Amino acid sequence: MTVLRITDLDVHYGLGRRRRQALKGASLEVRPGEVVGLIGETGSGKSTLARAVLGLVPASGGRIVIDGEDVSGYRNRQWRSLRRRGVVQYVFQDPLRSLDPDLPVVDSLIEPLLIQGVPREEAVAKARTFLPKVRLDPELLDRLPAQLSGGQRQRVAVARALITEPKLVILDEPVSALDAANRVGVLEILKDLRATGIALVFISHDLGSVAGIADRVAVLYQGELVEVGTAREVVATPRHPYTRLLISSAPTLRTAAAGRAEREALRALLTA
Amino acid sequence: MTTLTETPVSTTALDPVLSVRDVRVRGQVDDREFVKGVSFELTPGKAVGIVGESGSGKTLTCRAVLGVLPEHFEVAAGQIHVAGLDIASATREQLTDLRGSTISAVFQDPASYLNPSIQVGPQIAEVVRVKKGLKRRAARRRAVELLAAVHLRDPELVYSQYAYELSGGMLQRVLIAAAIAADPRVLIADEATTALDVTVQAEILDLLADLRENAGLALVVVSHDLAVVAQLCDEVLVMRDGEVVEQGPTTRVLYEPQHEYTRLLITEHEQYGLEKFLTREGP
Repeated sequence: MTVLRITDLDVHYGLGRRRRQALKGASLEVRPGEVVGLIGETGSGKSTLARAVLGLVPASGGRIVIDGEDVSGYRNRQWRSLRRRGVVQYVFQDPLRSLDPDLPVVDSLIEPLLIQGVPREEAVAKARTFLPKVRLDPELLDRLPAQLSGGQRQRVAVARALITEPKLVILDEPVSALDAANRVGVLEILKDLRATGIALVFISHDLGSVAGIADRVAVLYQGELVEVGTAREVVATPRHPYTRLLISSAPTLRTAAAGRAEREALRALLTA
Repeated sequence: MTTLTETPVSTTALDPVLSVRDVRVRGQVDDREFVKGVSFELTPGKAVGIVGESGSGKTLTCRAVLGVLPEHFEVAAGQIHVAGLDIASATREQLTDLRGSTISAVFQDPASYLNPSIQVGPQIAEVVRVKKGLKRRAARRRAVELLAAVHLRDPELVYSQYAYELSGGMLQRVLIAAAIAADPRVLIADEATTALDVTVQAEILDLLADLRENAGLALVVVSHDLAVVAQLCDEVLVMRDGEVVEQGPTTRVLYEPQHEYTRLLITEHEQYGLEKFLTREGP
């Protein structure tokens, strides 16, 4: 059983002469309890893929199956109903985008439940039990987002994504805006989530920032998934030149200044 | 008017081009110390890295060195010497002379330092005209040379492009070209690669390494990522809440970190980064 199965997915933007293919025949499976790192540079199509899974951009070809439900031909109304059920949730890089600055944390947290028709009292009680899951004190419920630190806000955003008990959470650069202590904190929480059977798709431009938490890594380059494998395989024995370039470009503590000649050769190969 | 070379300042190769001694920066509004004693020295061709979170005081340190602290901030104690000149006692003119021709800087968001309605090339040529006293034609030629020097593939084309037509990596190259236009001896790169894709970041770091090696440029590299700094620098300062919690040669800091915060930065790479799958010697 897979939580997400994407088969030969195409996405186009624009019309007529300006029509441009953002995603070219992408195929990817995500299983329960799995963390998949989706890596690519600006414009590689990684956000497009995420948006297609949420029904925010229409696919022009291929199939998307979410938790056994083929959503490929869905119209807006069906997408809305799917999103309302909260099977797939999304966490942005900047938590301020998912939290209303004028609302106490509790209201932002329970909103997805209220949309589902859960009575307010029940929803608040659930919110209270969810904060400890992201290592936050339930006392923070009555605060405004501005009264929280960046790390606390991002944990609230994660809690908000989890509260509908989704099967799949897509996280777009969830830790890059945080400081080191909070990055590690959020990554630990996400690692713990694996045990609950939730599948996570972790989007980043930097393989180095997700390699350690991902079970599998998928590399997007110019709209194509050029490499999919276990994190260890992809890092230790990358096959595609772009993956090799990504790895030799990532600053690490152990390979300082190494691999420059390799990078130049790979760049030449990719632009040829 | 006296130029810098005529003032009695040290200019030999071994003297430090930048010396920062126990610098403290104070906010005048709440009388709080934001930088609590930073010291380092840079000789030509050397590179010092400052690592820390936002708010750790690394950018204030840079701005103090450049003599451009924001309003209501002041250097409360310590000395800063740029090419032998104590910037505390320097006149406004001397400081203006220093900036660009002796010490220069690039920051995180290159687009915000360029005028969006003027082609990028003339903006570099202007620096050359003002700082090097070149005539219009010669300044244009020099600007194109500079664009080529920062490895922009078609410097003539880029010269006549606008900021919005260029990618983030290209813009940062343009800014570096402008920063080195007046042949400075120190370049401060403050989170200069943070907003870029990793592969582009690597290219910019390579470029900085080239400038250091070929032109003897001394670098101050500021980043929240210890690995970025480690890749370029001989010496590392780790800052937290305005304090330097660790300072030493890069290899010592990486292999024998003393402070728990430095250890956290290293652990993060080892647990969540590529390092988890790579040996110490690399792939």
